Amino acid sequence: MIRRTVTAALVAAGVGLALTPMTATSADISRAKILASTCFTCHGTDGHSPGSIPSIYGFPAEIMIATMKGFKDGTRAATVMNRHAKGYTDEEIELLANYLSQIKR
Amino acid sequence: MSGMTRRNFIRALGAGSATAALAACGAMPGKSGKAHVVVIGGGPGGATCAKYLKRFDSSIQVTLVEPNTEFYTCFGSNWVIGGLAQMSDIKQSYASLKDKHGINIVHDMATGIDPVNRKVTLKGGGTLSYDKLVVSPGIDFKWEGIEGYSEAAIETMPHAWKAGPQTTLLRRQLEAMPDGGTFVMVAPGNPFRCPPGPYERASMVAHYFKTHKPKSKIIILDNKEKFSKQGLFVAGWKALYGDMIEWVQSTKGGKVERVDVANKMLYADGGLTSFKGDVVNFIPSQKAGKIAFGAGLTNDAGWCPVDQMTFESTLHKDVHVIGDSSVAGTMPKSGHSANTQGKVTAAAIVLALQGKPMEAPSFVNTCFSLVGPEYGISVAAVYKFTDGSIKGVQGAGGVSPADAPLSFRKQEANYARGWYASITDDTWG
Repeated sequence: MIRRTVTAALVAAGVGLALTPMTATSADISRAKILASTCFTCHGTDGHSPGSIPSIYGFPAEIMIATMKGFKDGTRAATVMNRHAKGYTDEEIELLANYLSQIKR
Repeated sequence: MSGMTRRNFIRALGAGSATAALAACGAMPGKSGKAHVVVIGGGPGGATCAKYLKRFDSSIQVTLVEPNTEFYTCFGSNWVIGGLAQMSDIKQSYASLKDKHGINIVHDMATGIDPVNRKVTLKGGGTLSYDKLVVSPGIDFKWEGIEGYSEAAIETMPHAWKAGPQTTLLRRQLEAMPDGGTFVMVAPGNPFRCPPGPYERASMVAHYFKTHKPKSKIIILDNKEKFSKQGLFVAGWKALYGDMIEWVQSTKGGKVERVDVANKMLYADGGLTSFKGDVVNFIPSQKAGKIAFGAGLTNDAGWCPVDQMTFESTLHKDVHVIGDSSVAGTMPKSGHSANTQGKVTAAAIVLALQGKPMEAPSFVNTCFSLVGPEYGISVAAVYKFTDGSIKGVQGAGGVSPADAPLSFRKQEANYARGWYASITDDTWG
């Protein structure tokens, strides 16, 4: 929310491009990026699992949101994901889902 | 401090002037590209941090200092002890970190840290200068405090709590033990590396005995009153191994006070209670890794206090301590914890070098344990930084359900192996 405010303020002021040189060395480290990196321990870097745990990259955000919310409210069965999903707010689930949906390969 | 920066930045924007915003951007150091980050320790904490530093900002120079050219993971080493896996299955290399991620790997032992002049000295004689330092040295053992016990005892009573030759030694002792023998494990008091580890190990030894030496017994002498996933372990032991495993809590004779290493005898209750093992696995009490002490990074308890949002030491600026050595709120000392701490620390360092405020950190821990080859259990938690420390999110996490069917245990055993594949790839791959 804060980030959106900042961006909006800059765009409104006509200095949106000023962000580019500031972050030239890398993509922004967003809250979503930090959140998603915690998923990668079990689901593989960038959500590409090398083993028996499902991969989580590239899913349409709405499908991931529905899945996580299902884990969270118990309507979707799981072994450990019910316990994990309860640790995130709906807003965090949306951030995560959007971030993961943009990882294509 | 990060919160202040953020507020200032927003206030500057709030002033409504584009000039103010540009000035704020111009004031950002933006020097991350020239920065050199040194990481001491190539375990799950240090290796993950090095990799994610590069992922978050590829222009940063990252040097990883690790004495071993190959790394044997502690997680999975119980599976080797139980005969389910080989040492080659738990061996990791630094090739991807070097070749794929561009990390400078220095196979040397860091022997000293000069936090004032920001230098690390190496056993081989070299020196490394850093802008930011990450220290991830794992654990060291407390050899003192038990009469008759010393570091020399590990050749007779292996701890096998750092994977490698000790793992192999314990496995060989178990293989050499006759059927009908007794395996005694001495489990440490809190806090220690891998809280469910001793009990997974007892399970794996029980599996080996059941399939090869069914008349044998297992005794766990514990330096505490309860243990991780206790209900699930005890139920699993009963289901798979009957009464093969006996657990003795500290107040019921489990607190070992004296050992006779040569005769593999252990004494408790002022000598009134004694146990003899054919194989003894003595896991000593633990403290932060050795270099943390020399560098003045430890507190009176022998662990490293840190700002739990960034893992920067509260004792030395620009030095971050992660993994088992750090005091990380309610997070357990585990490879999984170290991995997620490594990522948060990488983000904190990159953002600090870019002159940006730290984002809200997030951490996870998931510890899978095999009670049997097809019988897995887990404990999980999601952690956030609140009111100055890392705490588990209320209402989330916890252990596997007590009343789950065998199909559930089998799926968790499957995921335990999947977890191993994923975390090792995420850390070293």
